[in-house]
Amino acid sequence: MIDGTAVLETVELGKRYRRTWGLQDCTLTIPRGRVAALVGPNGAGKSTLLRMAAGLDQPSVGTLRVLGKSPTSGNGNLKERVGYLDQERPLYKSFRVAEMLRFGEKNNPNWNMVVAKEHLAQLDIPLRSRISNLSGGQQAQVALTLCLAKEPELLLLDEPAAALDPVAREDLLRILMRQVADSDSSVLLSTHALGDVAAICDYVIVLAHSRVVLSNDTEYVLESHRILSAVHDGELMPPSGVTVINSQSSARGESLLVRIELPIDESKWRVERPTLEEIVLAYLRVGSPGARDRRSHDDDRSSE
Amino acid sequence: MTQRQPSITYRLDPRSGVAPYRQLVDQVRHALRSGLLREGDQLPSVRDVVTQITINPNTVHRAYRELEHLGVAEGRAGLGTFITSHSSSALNATKLESVERELRDKIIEARDMGVSEERIVELVTFTFRHDRGVRT
Repeated sequence: MIDGTAVLETVELGKRYRRTWGLQDCTLTIPRGRVAALVGPNGAGKSTLLRMAAGLDQPSVGTLRVLGKSPTSGNGNLKERVGYLDQERPLYKSFRVAEMLRFGEKNNPNWNMVVAKEHLAQLDIPLRSRISNLSGGQQAQVALTLCLAKEPELLLLDEPAAALDPVAREDLLRILMRQVADSDSSVLLSTHALGDVAAICDYVIVLAHSRVVLSNDTEYVLESHRILSAVHDGELMPPSGVTVINSQSSARGESLLVRIELPIDESKWRVERPTLEEIVLAYLRVGSPGARDRRSHDDDRSSE
Repeated sequence: MTQRQPSITYRLDPRSGVAPYRQLVDQVRHALRSGLLREGDQLPSVRDVVTQITINPNTVHRAYRELEHLGVAEGRAGLGTFITSHSSSALNATKLESVERELRDKIIEARDMGVSEERIVELVTFTFRHDRGVRT
């Protein structure tokens, strides 16, 4: 193990599909015990990163360590220590819930049947029900329950709550949080629901254009960003020491979302705290065209 | 499973710019001030909170650590987290901090509205003298 405190570590990790990069120059460290959110538009590389971490895809370049090990170099027991779940739920439609549980028990040495049954009872899902008779939301909950019963140290979840109604989603997230409370599992989940991120995630990673544009503790992210607004008066300059992430102008005023190093004490600007959602959206809108141009140049060179 | 009534029920506003742990800390302080919580009360366990609302357990731990740091709550090994007997004085200390902050914000607001420094100082002096006059 390089670092016992990180569950996932990547250095300049990249995945190239035929002509395009699915993920590029991705360097990040997710500390143990976190519930980390992976946010970004479709095609930004979220699923690619999760699949590589789960050992389902090979990286093209860079280093990837999951629980201190490389996921694709035949580390047999990593499969038991990592739980992966995507939209294609691994359920046999003709099975009853109880049969799915027994199937899981047979195939997983660390299976915790008590936890699984407790979760299902909490969700009011009868063990006798056939999978095919359950609603989409219930199927998602069963799939997650099966994943949690493996008691993985790291859970990789690709949009676990997508397409669920609000109640089913809430139930699913609570089961997930209970597991985190009981077992100290770490979680990396991709999502489009920024409200969920603020509620359950204490680490946030924003991917845009196949790159990491933000990666840090949510608390730190909240503390280190502000919205500044002011009326135009000729030479209006942002205060020194701040990095402008996004700016919006109106007829007479200007509003900036900025990253700060130190508390700002400004008389010209009105200073407010942005919500996590506003911060994430600002980063998603950046897209940093400059960086992209530079990169496409690199691509030409590296495609030999 | 039978569940006792929790001493306090938290809520989380994900659209607020206030860090989630801070929201919980503020709710406990508010509950203490309003009498919903009293000294000796046990705060809901992390597991209970996680069952009650959709929240990261780390956030609850963080909030309870902060409450302990403020002297409002204390962890008792194997039992849980309880409101301390000296919570009200601890609360006053933090209340002082927030009053100072509000005061400062109001002064800035007044300044931005064009109120002069002399006028503000005058107001402060007057308030102090007037107040002292009333007390003695």
